[in-house]
Amino acid sequence: MKKELRFTVNGEAYELYVKPKSLLMDVLRDQLGLTGAKRSCDTNTCGTCTVILNGMAVNSCSILALQANGGEVLTVEGLAKKTELHPLQKAFLDYGSVQCGFCTPGMLMATKALLDKNPNPTKEQIKEAIDANLCRCTGYNSIIRAVTAVVKGEYEEGK
Amino acid sequence: MIRDFEYFAPKTLEEALTLLDKYQDNYKVIAGGQSLLKLMRQGLVTPQYLIDIKGISELNYIKSEGKKGLRIGALATHRAIEESPMMKNGFSILAEMEQRLAYIQIRNWGTLGGNLCHADPAQDSAPVLIVLNANLRIASQKGERTMAIEDFFPDYLQTALKPSELLAEIQVPAVPPHTGTAYAKFNIIENDLATVAVAVSTTLSSGADVCQDIRIALGAAAPTPMRAKRAEGVLRGKKITDNLLTEAGEIASAEAEPLSDINASEEYRRQLIKVLVKRIGKEALTRARQA
Repeated sequence: MKKELRFTVNGEAYELYVKPKSLLMDVLRDQLGLTGAKRSCDTNTCGTCTVILNGMAVNSCSILALQANGGEVLTVEGLAKKTELHPLQKAFLDYGSVQCGFCTPGMLMATKALLDKNPNPTKEQIKEAIDANLCRCTGYNSIIRAVTAVVKGEYEEGK
Repeated sequence: MIRDFEYFAPKTLEEALTLLDKYQDNYKVIAGGQSLLKLMRQGLVTPQYLIDIKGISELNYIKSEGKKGLRIGALATHRAIEESPMMKNGFSILAEMEQRLAYIQIRNWGTLGGNLCHADPAQDSAPVLIVLNANLRIASQKGERTMAIEDFFPDYLQTALKPSELLAEIQVPAVPPHTGTAYAKFNIIENDLATVAVAVSTTLSSGADVCQDIRIALGAAAPTPMRAKRAEGVLRGKKITDNLLTEAGEIASAEAEPLSDINASEEYRRQLIKVLVKRIGKEALTRARQA
């Protein structure tokens, strides 16, 4: 029997009916059409499904959708303001942090969650934030460089 | 593919206990679900009723009670414990353990109580809580009981919880004076589950450099988290020397019952236990002398 799920995704309020066994990732991708969060390992290992739930980076493949009831979800689709990319997105482009792109939504959400809580992280803290996010093109260094550039203020408005 | 189940999300402990009492054996409790959902996806756990306690805010807290120690609600997340300013002095070992427990995404949602109730012998939290002499407060409609955490794991992936009982709180007593604690997790991939984990707490008698009390706990060294009591016996009441630590390591290695699996053979695990008990025992001793 389906249950009611009320939550906010990228600032928009939704009222849906979902199967209790539906995972947050399933609802975002299949019911809301937000395919940024990627389905990959399905076992809480690779980080490609990372979204921000109530201010925290979480793996949407390993949370029941109903556990997000009443919550606020941010996916990669909610990062840009209309056509204006988020500073992290701009930096990822400038620093070549995107190769095949499969890990990118997860990397962006994991690093966004970090910067929201800690705008001045050390390199070690940046590495820790993406520790669970696998990139098989091995683009970690360019991702770290991009995040560092945002931290240094290279992408602040007016610059 | 996860099998269908009937879902309940009680908002209070009382509501949860009523549901547990009503559904007895056919339910499974989910907190953060970071381990459980994997098992459900593989069809290894197929509950008829899933009782989701993650939203019970009265079980999500970390409180410091001075000389009485810490009280941690079963639903406190790993990340909250890791970042809590209360994890200092003797409790810093808890934060050290949490910092290496899986990854931020998992620590943000996974709970300490859920981790304990999953009862994986390779889990990170049990060995540390065993050497800290923690107790568990268990609630049911019939009332409450408290038990030592070392008695909580009767067998592989099993807990001492009876039907209708819920783990409500982890109580960590204040660390006695002149006590040092240390923890090590050995694995091939950093922050993965332990190949072997060792935690040691050593209390020295005041003035003399004699081991008044010692607790040694092992993870991934048997079908359950375990205390190496015979190894403790080698050190208790003695002045700890390198030779004695070597002997304690050998005895701990012998009293462990490690399994062979994809990560390591039994023999390899026994060797790790021997080395790590000595190494971590020494670290705990150094910290006890500084405490």
